[in-house]
Amino acid sequence: MTGPLRFEPGTFTARPGRGSLPRMLAAQSGVELKLALRNGEQVLLTLLIPVVLLVGLTLVHVIDLPEPRVDGVIAGVFALAVMSTAFTGQAIAFGFDRRYGVIRRLAATALPRWLLVAGRLAAVLGTVAVQVVVLGVIGALLGWRPDAGEIGLALVLVLLGCAAFGGLGLLLGGTLRAEIVLAVANVIWFVLLLGGGIVVPLDSLPTAVAAVAAYLPSGALAEGLRIALAGTAGSLTQSVLVLVAWTVVGAALAARFVRLH
Amino acid sequence: MSFPAGAPSSAAADAAVTVRGLVKRYGPTTAVDGVDLDVPVASVLALLGPNGAGKTTTVEICEGFRRADAGEVRVLGLDPAGAPDALRSRIGVMPQGGGAYPGVRAEEMLRLVATCAAHPLDVGWLIDVLGLGSCARTPYKRLSGGQQQRLALACAVVGRPELVFLDEPTAGMDPQARRLVWDLVEALRRDGVAVLLTTHLMEEAEALADDVVIVDHGRVVAHGTPAELTAAGDRQELRFRARAGMDLDELAAALPAGYHAAETATGRYVVQGRIDPPVLSAITSWCADQGALADDVQIARRSLEDVFLDLTGRELRS
Repeated sequence: MTGPLRFEPGTFTARPGRGSLPRMLAAQSGVELKLALRNGEQVLLTLLIPVVLLVGLTLVHVIDLPEPRVDGVIAGVFALAVMSTAFTGQAIAFGFDRRYGVIRRLAATALPRWLLVAGRLAAVLGTVAVQVVVLGVIGALLGWRPDAGEIGLALVLVLLGCAAFGGLGLLLGGTLRAEIVLAVANVIWFVLLLGGGIVVPLDSLPTAVAAVAAYLPSGALAEGLRIALAGTAGSLTQSVLVLVAWTVVGAALAARFVRLH
Repeated sequence: MSFPAGAPSSAAADAAVTVRGLVKRYGPTTAVDGVDLDVPVASVLALLGPNGAGKTTTVEICEGFRRADAGEVRVLGLDPAGAPDALRSRIGVMPQGGGAYPGVRAEEMLRLVATCAAHPLDVGWLIDVLGLGSCARTPYKRLSGGQQQRLALACAVVGRPELVFLDEPTAGMDPQARRLVWDLVEALRRDGVAVLLTTHLMEEAEALADDVVIVDHGRVVAHGTPAELTAAGDRQELRFRARAGMDLDELAAALPAGYHAAETATGRYVVQGRIDPPVLSAITSWCADQGALADDVQIARRSLEDVFLDLTGRELRS
């Protein structure tokens, strides 16, 4: 059938209204979480590489670490997981989401602006939760035995790390062209992985590099987690302050410079 | 025209969109320069214009995505820049080029947009009726341009809005899909929904629109119903072929005042004016007097495309 009669009369009679806010939040963050876990490159970045490093660095003695080695390794790997998801993965996804017009698409629905941001945040936290559980279970199999206090402290640091890296990820993904975001985000990830205090602890890095890395979100997060989980000497307060400072700077710059399309 | 607070004018009361004196500047460029338009409830308005005429900017201001520099805009009785959230739950938007997560499946995207509405249409039905069933699980970036457009259209209507904005809705579609979209727009109007669409396709505007507004360089250069625009000035014409070099003065004498006859190329003639039976008879008698047979006779009504090209020029724009 052709003509408007292929649509029953009354099919499109207006019945406007906004959907329920919790359902919108769940739907948006659910889709973004699914996309993150379905994308092969993202999973490589967020899960496979951290798992390989956790197992490899625990079992193979390439870096000097106090026993039990897993305590020091898992701290760095948690920091890597946060950086991979909140910064690199998010910047790349945001860059391509902008390219494909999804931000404008969703802004044109009844989804309020704040919920658009909250949905992205929830998806990042959901991915990090999956990472922490997977890495925690594997760590436990390798002999990691944290107490409740250590876990609580680590979770606070992980959340602070998400905030600091998340703001910077939005800033990167929201200001440059998608292909450039892809390249820059991966290069930064690699540099910080090796020289930013993530796999190689600050005291094993060259002094000049370590001095800089201590004030980077990667170094602050990884060092904080080592202090919390492996009893490494150092100032937890400094880690927290550095992460809070990056959060403030990242969020302020993102709010000022991010373009939604 | 002004909009006294608390007492909307009668025009605003039954109009879904009312725009008066809209101006938008980007730096030194004036993209929209004093546009007026009205979209009554249950009607379709087509905004026609060349690339860069200010169509998309006008639509985006109505949707609340951009702020006007001057002029009055009322959409469903609201100021779109002041109350975007209140407005967006009542309108449907098909942005130019669509929009979705690159990796999202077509049906997932439509479900997400449907969740934002209180009483959405059935997603499965809409997927089927728009011919997206075979690609419902295909990631957005792997859909064809026409499929992306149909998904964008589905996203625009799924929330059962009062007013729908369609920015070049049939760009990149094959003729079957275009026909389907036209049927859908007809059905929207029939069911009382107002539609503001932009298009390059004259055929589309002629087929769908109750009113056409032609814009160029940010200004309205013509507006009216398609019939009003194409009938303007009785600009019909008759074209035919015959022996070269016939005496046009005799023809001019035989035709009523106001008609114009010319030999546009060797042996090709055109007579401009209202072509009725007496005029046609006068032309063929003149040919007979000259011992010639009028061949390949065509009576052309001016199409909307002729009107458009007359108004906006025939030169190619970069």
